[in-house]
Amino acid sequence: MLDLLILLICTGILASGVLAVCLKDLMAAMISAGLTSLFAAVSYVLLAAPDVAMAEAAIGSGLATFIFLYAIRRTSGGVSTMETGEE
Amino acid sequence: MIRRGFIILALVLFGLVFARLIGAYQEQSVLRPLAEHYVTQGPRELGAANVITGILITYRGFDTLGEVAVLFMVAAGLGLLLRRDGDGPSVSANTPLRPASELVVTGTEVLLPLIFVFGAYVIMHGHLSAGGGFQGGAIVASAVLLLLVTQPLTRLRLDLLSITESFAGVLFVCIGLLGLILAGGFLDSRFLPQGQLGAFFSAGAIPIISILLGIKVGAELSVIIDRFRR
Repeated sequence: MLDLLILLICTGILASGVLAVCLKDLMAAMISAGLTSLFAAVSYVLLAAPDVAMAEAAIGSGLATFIFLYAIRRTSGGVSTMETGEE
Repeated sequence: MIRRGFIILALVLFGLVFARLIGAYQEQSVLRPLAEHYVTQGPRELGAANVITGILITYRGFDTLGEVAVLFMVAAGLGLLLRRDGDGPSVSANTPLRPASELVVTGTEVLLPLIFVFGAYVIMHGHLSAGGGFQGGAIVASAVLLLLVTQPLTRLRLDLLSITESFAGVLFVCIGLLGLILAGGFLDSRFLPQGQLGAFFSAGAIPIISILLGIKVGAELSVIIDRFRR
């Protein structure tokens, strides 16, 4: 049961990681990257490492995501440069 | 074409490295000698019920100091790169501010104290349950982040935070030196009485170091977030 759950979470990590790379919308990619960290934090809890999970949840899916948010807003406002064709 | 070839070559090499790593992996059924020493002797030597915090703060205290130093340099570098040009928050410079909805504001008011208290709890009970200075500091900083996101006009007292953070760092090193003088080595936490295993006042200087670490990490991460916001 636990093995199955961990496998499911790992699939979630992979899927959201691939989505974070592939998505054109930067905002959605940012959320997806945060989701990767969140899934990783859940997997740490399942693997009996709550100390690491706390740091991962707070920094990986909390602070880092919002630093990306601020960076996106400062650069292009969430529009991918590939779509607009600018630099 | 050549570039594509290089990319494929790099991918294949990475694949080889990882394939070897995965192929050679076998699940260990017993702890390595050092890990076994930490797990069996750690609680007895340090008096910390949570072995992980004991390892992080005492056995690997120097590594933790290094991590904090890296964080400090990140904050300093960001301060240099993202210097505030004008005065006041320039959040409203590009886009007009839309006021946060009632739901968000009320939710923040309810959640913010709870998150701060939880962060303080995680920092102070690092030697007893999961958590410790680093994690608790990150939780406190995420509370600050919530405040900054929902109320963008809030201004942090950056000077105060910097001073707090520097003092915590200096005290951290001072306690490390105390360990060098009074106990076995740098950042040795055993110069204070161990107390009873599992009691709040126990584990020597681990709670004090943990609190200093929490203050330092919390203040530093808050400053980093504030540098990015604008």
